[in-house]
Amino acid sequence: MTAADVHRTILAVWRIEQPRLITSLSRMLRDVPLAEDLTQEALLSALEHWPAAGVPEKPGAWLMATAKRRALDHLRRGAMLVRKHEMIALDMDGEQQAMPDLDAALDDDIGDELLRLIFTACHPLLSREARAALALRMICGLTTEEIARAFLLPDATIAQRIVRAKRTLSESGLAYETPRGKELPERLASVLEVVYLIFNEGFTAARGVDWLRPQLCNEALRIGRVLTSIAPYEPEAHGLLALMELNASRTAARTDAAGEPILMLEQNRALWDQLQIRRGMQALGRARELGGADGFYALQAAIIACHAQAMTADDTDWPRISGLYAELAKLVRSPIIELNRAVAVGMAEGPEAALPIVDRLVQEPALKAYHLLGSVRGDLLHKLGRYEEARAAFEAAAALAGNKREQDLLRRRAAEAADAAMSS
Amino acid sequence: MRFMFIVKSAHNGPPTPQILEAMHKLADREIKAGRMLDNGGLMPLAMGAQVRITDGKLSVVDGPFVEAKEVIGGYAIFELPGKEEALASAKEFMQLHKDFFPGWEGTCELRTFAERP
Repeated sequence: MTAADVHRTILAVWRIEQPRLITSLSRMLRDVPLAEDLTQEALLSALEHWPAAGVPEKPGAWLMATAKRRALDHLRRGAMLVRKHEMIALDMDGEQQAMPDLDAALDDDIGDELLRLIFTACHPLLSREARAALALRMICGLTTEEIARAFLLPDATIAQRIVRAKRTLSESGLAYETPRGKELPERLASVLEVVYLIFNEGFTAARGVDWLRPQLCNEALRIGRVLTSIAPYEPEAHGLLALMELNASRTAARTDAAGEPILMLEQNRALWDQLQIRRGMQALGRARELGGADGFYALQAAIIACHAQAMTADDTDWPRISGLYAELAKLVRSPIIELNRAVAVGMAEGPEAALPIVDRLVQEPALKAYHLLGSVRGDLLHKLGRYEEARAAFEAAAALAGNKREQDLLRRRAAEAADAAMSS
Repeated sequence: MRFMFIVKSAHNGPPTPQILEAMHKLADREIKAGRMLDNGGLMPLAMGAQVRITDGKLSVVDGPFVEAKEVIGGYAIFELPGKEEALASAKEFMQLHKDFFPGWEGTCELRTFAERP
């Protein structure tokens, strides 16, 4: 093995073991930022020793013993209550004796601890960006450099975000516990929001440029799966997981050989990942069983599920999609959702039903510079035979489009409308 | 990246309760960690069959198959960042067999799913 191979191997082991290390230390120290510092020290120690000594037979146990030793040293230095200190020392001796027994490590059910950690890393005190960086670092075991590469930002920016976030957590004196009662929905929303942010950051990235960006999708999916297994009664956690699994199932079909995006209705559905669709449908089913069919994420998942279950684009159940968008629009007032609803209504009932919805949106300030509004409107007008108005809508949309590919597409549609106007 | 672990062994004795428990715990941990997408154990080869093409002819052969040495006993599908993680995971799985299934010999074959076109 070359030095680089050993390094990669160590980071791989690290990613598997890190959540258990940090939760164990958090439990010992009742201080997440400190626990995070000390687990990082354990990683540095492995990076220092393993290249020469070889990766130990039970790398997880080695890391755990090292991290706990650091924590214990810290407690000693801090002159903690002697009694507590002795109890931990005793506990540690016991664990060290049991160390060759891998079963002990596997027995360590970290569900509740991990949930506590996730709630801490995604605390609403922190900005969304800080929560995302902290979650990737503390829950997914990504290094600062990896997170920076994934978000296309300089290392220093991410390092600073993490340092600041940890300081905020330290200074806030917030209790390290799972929120209960009335606090829970708000705190959970704060977690789900960040997981979805991480997912979308990866989902918008094209394939192949740098594996770390699409990897964000997988990390978000993984946190989503962790959440649904340790908080199995939260319908929106299942709803979000369903939404992510179903969206991710199209990954292989989303781009052509040149990396250019392919619209959903034009994708080769044979490339959709059926294992992932099945998992998404299961998660959606679970959200519904828990009474969460009308949740923000579950509704969006249900819309994607309509696509995932249609064998061909023509089989798409547009009336159902349009109904789901109507429900979603009742839940959150958003012009973008309304525009999507208009597209679904157009497909389900025809352009004459959809155009009034879009026309109402033309006054919407939030959509003033949004080229897709003009694009949808142009399409509806074209279908209604109002070619001259369609041409104008496409022209205006082209002027607003951000990239050349979209501009070209819209200009082409404007030209088609102009031709149709001539010959009609 | 998606991986399949295929576990093969010539060993045909029943597993010890210890290895069953350890594997159950490991699988539980991996599923909860969001890494294991699917897994399953397979019944003995004798209960299956082989459909073959030899010399341009299709034939069905029922078990048992005397020539079979290592037989697939189970599989698992993982979603992992890369091959290093897959190797670390497979080694942990095999270490359990070393610890809790004395005398067992076998292979955990690690295969990467083909990227779709």
